[in-house]
Parts: sequence; C-alpha cells; structure tokens
Amino acid sequence: MSIPLLLAVPLLTACVVALPMSLRLRSLLSVGSAGLVLVLAVHLAFAVTGAGRVAGPLGLLACEGLGALLALLTAFVSLCASLFASGMPLGGAGGSVNGRAFHPLFQLFVASILTVVLSEHLALTWVALAMTTLFSAFLVAYYDTPEALEAAWKYVVLTTVGAVVVLLGLLMLYWGLTASGEHSFTWGAVAEAAPRMPRPILWTSFLLVLVGAGTKAGVAPMHTWLPDAHSQAPAPVCALLSGVETSSALYVVLRLAAPLAGAGIGGARTALLVFGLGSLLLAALVLVQVRDLKRLLAYSTVEHMGIVLVAAGLGGAASFGAAFQLLAHALAKSFAFLTAGTVGRACASHSIRDIRGLASSSPWLGLTLLLAALGITGAPPTAVFLSEIAIVRGGLGQGAYLVVGALVVLVVVAFCAVLHHVHAMLFAPSEPGAAIAAGAVPRSFVGALVLAAIPLLVLGLSLPGWVQDLLARAAASLGGGG
Amino acid sequence: MLVWLHSFEALIAGLFLLVAIGIVAIRQMQALLRLFVIQSLLLASGATLISLATGSPHLLGVAAVTVIAKVAMVPWLLRRTVRRELYGRREVVQVLNVPSALLIAAALSLLAYLVAGPLIEAAPVPFVRTQLPIGIAGILLGGYTVTVRREALAQLVGLLALENGVFFAALAIAPDLSVLAELAAAFDVVVVTLVVGLLTRRIHERVGDTSVGVLAALRESD
Repeated sequence: MSIPLLLAVPLLTACVVALPMSLRLRSLLSVGSAGLVLVLAVHLAFAVTGAGRVAGPLGLLACEGLGALLALLTAFVSLCASLFASGMPLGGAGGSVNGRAFHPLFQLFVASILTVVLSEHLALTWVALAMTTLFSAFLVAYYDTPEALEAAWKYVVLTTVGAVVVLLGLLMLYWGLTASGEHSFTWGAVAEAAPRMPRPILWTSFLLVLVGAGTKAGVAPMHTWLPDAHSQAPAPVCALLSGVETSSALYVVLRLAAPLAGAGIGGARTALLVFGLGSLLLAALVLVQVRDLKRLLAYSTVEHMGIVLVAAGLGGAASFGAAFQLLAHALAKSFAFLTAGTVGRACASHSIRDIRGLASSSPWLGLTLLLAALGITGAPPTAVFLSEIAIVRGGLGQGAYLVVGALVVLVVVAFCAVLHHVHAMLFAPSEPGAAIAAGAVPRSFVGALVLAAIPLLVLGLSLPGWVQDLLARAAASLGGGG
Repeated sequence: MLVWLHSFEALIAGLFLLVAIGIVAIRQMQALLRLFVIQSLLLASGATLISLATGSPHLLGVAAVTVIAKVAMVPWLLRRTVRRELYGRREVVQVLNVPSALLIAAALSLLAYLVAGPLIEAAPVPFVRTQLPIGIAGILLGGYTVTVRREALAQLVGLLALENGVFFAALAIAPDLSVLAELAAAFDVVVVTLVVGLLTRRIHERVGDTSVGVLAALRESD
C-alpha cells in the first residue's frame, strides 16, 4: 500500500499548492509533504530490505532494491531542497508567475522521479522519465534570464529526443518479448524472457535505451545540455536535477543491463564501461578549466555518472559499489548545490573568479564549501570515498586492472582540479568591493545544509546495517552479488 | 484482400517518408506544421489499415489517439501559445542549403534500411518490412531536423516527427501494446507541445527572437 501512497502525496500536494495561498503556507506544505514522503520511503526501504520486493496494485507499480534506494534518496534530497527553497524569495525578483508555479512544478517533478523508479510497467516508467524533463523545464527557466531560457530550451529539446530514443528502445524490447512468447510489458517479464529473446533485437534495444536515457543522465558525449541546465536552475532545483534526476535516468539503463548480462550478452558490460570511462575522461579534462562554481558541480555529476557506469560495467562485487556510488552521489551533490546556492547568495555571483577569500571573510561558509568539495571528489571523511573504494576493490577482485587503473587516474585528476578551484575560492586574497554580507544567509538555508550534511558525514564513517542491507538489495537488482 | 492492403500500406509508408523529408527542408513555419498534421494522418491511416489486415483492435485505438492528440490538440495548443511566431514566419538562415539537406536525408533513409535489415531477419512479423525501415528513417530525419533547424518551432516539429517515426515502426513491432502505452505517448506529445510552446513564447518575449539555434551564451570559455 505504501507505494501508491508515496506517489499520491507529492501529486496531491502539487494540486493543493497550485491553489491561491500565501507563499509561507505554500513552502510549509511543500516541506511537510517532503517530510511525509521521506517517512513513507524509509518504510518502503525497510519493507524491501526484508522481503526483497514489494508489489503495488494492478501490476503497474513495484519496488525492488535499486528502486527503493533511489526513492529514499529522492525523498531525502527533496526534503533538503524544499527546506532550502522556503528561504528563497519566490515571487519576488523572479517574476510572480514563476513564483506561483514553483512549488506545484517542484512537487510534480518529485512525483515523476519517484514514478520512474517505482513503476513495474515499462510504459509508465517511460512516460515518467519523459515527464521529469517537462515538469522541470520551467524550474530550470525560473530566473527568466536569456541564459536560463537558453539552458531550458537545450534541456527540453535534447532530453526529449533522448526520451523518444528510449521509447523506440522499449518498443523494440516489447517486440523481443512478444517474439519469445511473453505479452506483459513489465520489468519482471523482461528479466524472465531476456535469455529467450532474439539477440539482435535485445542488443539494439539496450543500445537505444543506453543512448537515450544516457542523454538524460548526462553521459558523455550526450551531456552537452547538462552543465547549462544544472548551472542556470535555482539551487534547490539543481540539487534534485543533479542529485537524483540523473540517477533515475541511469536506473532505466541499469535495470536493463542486468538481464542482458544474464542472457550472456557480454557487449552490454563493455558498452557501459566505454560510456562510463568516456564520461569520466571528459569531466576530468573540463573540470580543470571551468570558471563557474555551478558548472564545476555539473561536470562533477558527469564524472559521477561515469563512475556508476564503470562500476555497473565491472559487475559482480563492484555492483555494490555502483549502488553505494548512487547513494553517495545524491547526498554529496545535493549538499554541494545547496552550498553553491548559499555561496552565490552571499557573494552575489557563481563565478569562481568572483568568489575569493571565503575562509577569512565567512569561515562557516568556507568550511561548508570545503566539505562540499571533499564530498563530491571522494576525500576520506565523506561517503563518496567509501563508495569509490568499494568499486576499486570490486574491480581489482575481478582482475580488471586496466579499467580500475584508468578509473583511479581520472578520479584523481578530477579531485585535483576541483580542489584547485576551491582552494582559490577559500584562500586567495579577496578583491576590494567583493565584501560578503554575512547576515544575508536565511535560516532555512542553514537548516537545509545541516540536514544534508548529516548523512554525508555519517555514511562516510560507517555504514549502518540496514543501509548495507539496502545497498546489497540494490546490488542484487543490478545483477551482482552482495 | 490482404495483398491489396499490403500495397496500400506500402503507399502510405512511401508518403510518410516523403513528408518526413519535406519536414527537413520546408522553411515556412505554417507549411511545416501542416506537413506534421499530414504525417500524423498517414500514421493514423497506417494504423487503421494494419488493424484491418491483422484484426488487432489495439491499433484502432492508436489511430484514434493519434488523431485526437496530434491532428487536433497539437495545432490548437500551438495556435494558443505561439500565434505570432507561427503565422507568416520564415526561416532565413539554415545551417545547410536545401539540396545538401535533401542529399543527407536520402543518405539517412538508406542507413535506416541497413539498420533495420538484421532486426527484421531476427523476428519477422507482418508488415515489419515496410514499417520498421521507414519508421527508423522517420526517426533519423526527425533527429536531423532538430539538429539543423534554428527556428524554435521547426525544432519542435522535428521532435514531434521523431515521435511519429517511432510509432510508425511500432505499428508492426508492437501491434498489441496496451492502451496505457498509447495514452502515455499521447500525453507526452501534448505536454511536450505545451512546454515547448510556452518556452518559445517566453524566449520571444525576453530575447526578441526565436532562432534558438543561435543561442550560445553558455559555454566553458569566455
């Protein structure tokens, strides 16, 4: 029963906050709804860790390990983001129409991400995947500047093309299903019938889904829209876009990759490795020369998606690392984008050149930025470090030395690049006139940052047993052992 | 009876391809939108024909949904959201000139046949020999339209033509797909049109132009 409820809460909230009411009430309802969704998602995660799989009504919805993990992450990030958003002057400078539409669209966006990871019927998965873009288009265009509109345009057009390619891939999958005597269009049927499907059809449909959903996940070379959209959107929207929307697109690829590998098509794993290492390479090279804090974070997302693909491509024990990386990425990246939003508010700019001497002018903000940078690059006290170690260990265990070597080198390059930029923002002498208004950070921003930092730090120290169980379940739906 | 249906379906497929090529090249926005409506009508009649031939009632649903969503709602929505841009607008600058665009379109159609060949051999089903290559050609041509056109509405029509291509192929490869999938796709088409239409209007108001192909403020170097 909890799956339909999980989707109904944000959908109903979207309808309610679309009614005329004060901004304060709207924010309150939005935060309350996100809190309720989080409670339901935790409940669902416990049910899935116990039973392995929870089925919803009519065979339309179902939840297994990976879906439960992503639903939990989506709920958590949306709680932090809506808390952060309650401190934003929505309806002020951004234009009143955008201000009114923000919360309803935000809730619809959350509902669509949740539907992607919780639906069992592939048609529902697909339409939810397409809707994640369409509901968030006006959130990306929120500031209404020519740059924001350009970013939203590229985002909508490219990811909609991606979604149509996914549609062709899924319809081909259905062709394969009917050819092997299966007539229900569900993930369960795909996993069951994959070994009997005609190989060229299964393989083509996987490639189409990989390229199409990869476009939405920001996998290179289809990532071109991502730095634009993820840098122009308001910070709480970025947290969702970067932290979980990309992962939900990747979810579709990963769900399909497992039955392919099970059916003995080794090319699927190779394709994941090639796209993964390509994304890592591109991100590492661009990270050296970015000039904007939010674009830096966006390219770091391309890097993280690459790491997840590499881990899924390695398979076996590295599958656990892939699930862990999805978790760590969502926590670290949403925290980093909320930090960037706060820094941008305090310094009135997101340009790396304009943000200087943060460590002396605003020590707390400086420390937060440092934690964000360590979080996204995978330095020791944070969760990404442990997830990357898990992937490296999994890879070495299988003797994939070349892939693991390339992975480590590229991750280190990205680490140095990000730390170089952050060092300048923290310690370089600030230019005159770039004074920071210390009191300009609203309390809700601080609350959201503290909330987002807790799991990032806790999971970097040790994994509680139930998180480990959930990750093991997620790794199992990626086709790997615990 | 069946042979007659098959050759009629081949005729529709040929016209579908012709319209897809036309969408790559036509510059007048209103004519472009009309071509999309014609393409959607061809898709709907293809669905009806195949439904008659195979006795699959699902495809009648596809035809009905296509007519409602693409022939009626899409043009209506666009007239509501982007009236000014729609009427009498003509694309001045194109990345490629018309002859080379047509040459590339022909090459893409050939490519579609090459790609479709091994797939058809893997699981031959009725009508797949006409539907799949032409559908894939429609997809490639739609994608090509999105990349080379600079006008916002031309990119939108490219996007919608892309989706038409997918469904043209689906008539053969997924003839008994559940109604849910059809409704999902129709919903998607309508929302895409609405969002892109509103975005185009916003861009027109803020930037003063709708040549989205030349928007390039966002990049790494400055």
